[in-house]
Amino acid sequence: MLSKKEKELIANVWERLTPVADDIGADALLRMFTTFPGSKSYFSHLDLRPRSPHLKTRGKRIVLAIAEGAKDIDHLAVALAPLQTLHAYRLRIDPSNFKHFSHCMLVTLACYLGDRFTPVMHAAMDKFLSAFAAVLAEKFR
Amino acid sequence: MVEWTDSEREYINTIFSTLDYDDIGPKALARCLIVYPWTQRYFGGFGNLYNADAIMANPMIAAHGTKILHGMDRALKNMDDIKNTYATLSELHSEKLHVDPDNFRLLADCLTVVIAGKMTVKEFTPDMQAAWRKFLSVVVSALGRQYH
Repeated sequence: MLSKKEKELIANVWERLTPVADDIGADALLRMFTTFPGSKSYFSHLDLRPRSPHLKTRGKRIVLAIAEGAKDIDHLAVALAPLQTLHAYRLRIDPSNFKHFSHCMLVTLACYLGDRFTPVMHAAMDKFLSAFAAVLAEKFR
Repeated sequence: MVEWTDSEREYINTIFSTLDYDDIGPKALARCLIVYPWTQRYFGGFGNLYNADAIMANPMIAAHGTKILHGMDRALKNMDDIKNTYATLSELHSEKLHVDPDNFRLLADCLTVVIAGKMTVKEFTPDMQAAWRKFLSVVVSALGRQYH
C-alpha cells in the first residue's frame, strides 16, 4: 500500500515534528473536539478548553505514538500491540473517531507545513494514518 | 432548515473573501484526484492524469476546479436555502454524471486541507474549521439529495 519512498517521507516528517509533538497533538485534538463534538465524550475527565495543559499532554502522547509507528510502518502491529489492547478493552472508542482525528491531523499538518504539505505527502500521510487506525482497531472484534 | 450563528456566517464569509478561486479551486480538485485516485474515474475525458505532476499541471482539471469553487458561491449567497439552491445540480450529478455522492465528501476534505495550508494555524482556528465543515456538510448533503 505504501511505497518505499512514501514510508521514508512519512518517517522523516514525523521525526521532524517530534520536538513539537505537544503543539501538533494539542492542535489536532482541539480541532477534532470542536468539529466533531461527539469525540469529547471519551475525555469527560479532562479539561478540553483551548490552551489546557491536558490537551498538550494527551496530544503529545498521541503524536509520539504515531511517530514511533512511522519508524517501522511494516510492523505497526508490533509497536501498537499495547495500544491495541488499551483501545479495544478499556477505552472502547468508536472507530469512526479515528477517522475524525486523522482528518484533523491532516488539517493541522497543512496549517503547520503550508506548501510543504504537497498532494503527494498528503496522500502518503492519509494512507499511513488510515493504516495506523486500522491496526489500532484490530482487537475491537 | 439549517440554523447558522452570526459567528458561523462570519467565518464562512471570511474564508470565501480570502479565496483566490483560480488558485484554490484547481489545487483542491487536483489534490482530490491524487489523494483519492478512484475519483479519477469521472475525469476520463480530461487528458493526462498519469501521475501527480501531470494532474497538477493539467489545464482542464484546473479549469474545472475553478468552476466547482464558483459553484459554491451559490451556497454562500443562499445559506438559508442551500438544499433548494442545489436541487438541479444534484440531479445533474446523479442522473447525468453518475457521481457517487460519497465523493463529494472527499473533495470537501481536500478543499479544507488546501485552505488550511494557505492560512496559518492562528487564522484557520478550530472554531473556523468547525463552521467551515458544517457549511461543507450542508453543501454535500444538498448535492446528494436528488439521488434515488
